[in-house]
Amino acid sequence: MTAHPGGPPGEGVLAALTAEHRGRLMALARDVALPGSTRIFEEGEEADRFWIIRSGTVALDIHVPGRGRAVVETVGAGSLLGWSWLCPPRQWHLAAETREPVRAWEFDADAVQDLCAEDTALGLSLVTAVAETIGDRLRATRTRLLDLYGPPGPRGSGAAP
Amino acid sequence: MTSAPVPCRVVDRRDETHDTVTLVVEPAGDALDPFAPGQFAMLYAFGVGEIPVSVSRIEGGYRLAHTVRAVGAVSRALYGLRSGGWVGVRGPFGTAWDTAAAHGNDLLVIAGGIGLAPLRPLVDTVLADPRAFGRLNVLAGARTPADLLYTDEFPGWERPFGAVTVDRPSSGWTGRVGVVTTLLREARFTPSDTVAFVCGPEVMMRATARALIHRGVRPDRIQVSLERNMRCATGHCGHCQLGPLLLCRDGPVVRYDQAEPLLTVREL
Repeated sequence: MTAHPGGPPGEGVLAALTAEHRGRLMALARDVALPGSTRIFEEGEEADRFWIIRSGTVALDIHVPGRGRAVVETVGAGSLLGWSWLCPPRQWHLAAETREPVRAWEFDADAVQDLCAEDTALGLSLVTAVAETIGDRLRATRTRLLDLYGPPGPRGSGAAP
Repeated sequence: MTSAPVPCRVVDRRDETHDTVTLVVEPAGDALDPFAPGQFAMLYAFGVGEIPVSVSRIEGGYRLAHTVRAVGAVSRALYGLRSGGWVGVRGPFGTAWDTAAAHGNDLLVIAGGIGLAPLRPLVDTVLADPRAFGRLNVLAGARTPADLLYTDEFPGWERPFGAVTVDRPSSGWTGRVGVVTTLLREARFTPSDTVAFVCGPEVMMRATARALIHRGVRPDRIQVSLERNMRCATGHCGHCQLGPLLLCRDGPVVRYDQAEPLLTVREL
């Protein structure tokens, strides 16, 4: 099945901000279109930007010596792409590549940091929203570590004999 | 309800994954009572034993599909059946998905692994009468791409929204990677007017229910299918007890506002 082509639903980072704060943040946004298979950033590079995905999906990967790139997660419409800009060492932990054509709002991290310093209420709201995204990904990662769907757990269509 | 196994012939067999098969069975004599989506049958592999297996498709009211993963002696025996083989069937048992509660509402159908099997008849019901319901979202998670069930049916579930995600992508997989709850962000639903149907491993259902509640879906509008050690399927033996519930009789489908307190108790 495929991603729907519409924009992000009314939730996520932007929905967590007041209309005024959202307007101030969006004044810094740049509308970008990225073709499929575009490497957006690489591990260890300076994390000087972030994106809010409007459509399409982006794969987050990590280089495994001898095995190439291993995709660990994909993020889609409405999602925040990139939070490494928020705290030192401000380097990407993972790499990112578009799976299909992507539309996104791109934000310059320095400009957003300056805005947050100037308007601390906006800064707190934004950091709280980003922290929620980080928490979501931490919970998802922990859940995946449980190897939920693997054997021996029969499910639904067949309990343990 | 039938108390003795009804001999049924396997009229079709389809391999779903390396360890999972769908068997379509048909009574040799009198028809079984009608099954509803979410209910289960006790399938008896002759000479081996009996296990509960949800109905994964209801065809014409008398022909039933069951999707079985080979994990133990009985399920391995069922997995080994070929077309023309025989199986004993008792049922229907248990509670069904409350589709009436979803009339006029958006639907979230969320499956983990083989949990998609008991949800498929529900999807069939909605697709057969789409005007009775709001927007349908089918979200499925699996361990790997090779573990995905019913892949040839995915295209029919794409409207208005359907998506699958896997935990461990194989080379060449270009779909989503991550837990099934990550798909909620792109699903199309109005939380206050949504009914969710969730089936999968218990931890997955808890994580999913919490994510749904966080997004504004009421706990009493979330239905989960619970699994315990069902033996008699008639509420007598007590093996499937979960607090005040005997899941073979009071389940497997339970509303989350009733199930949540029971699932989070350390000891019952």
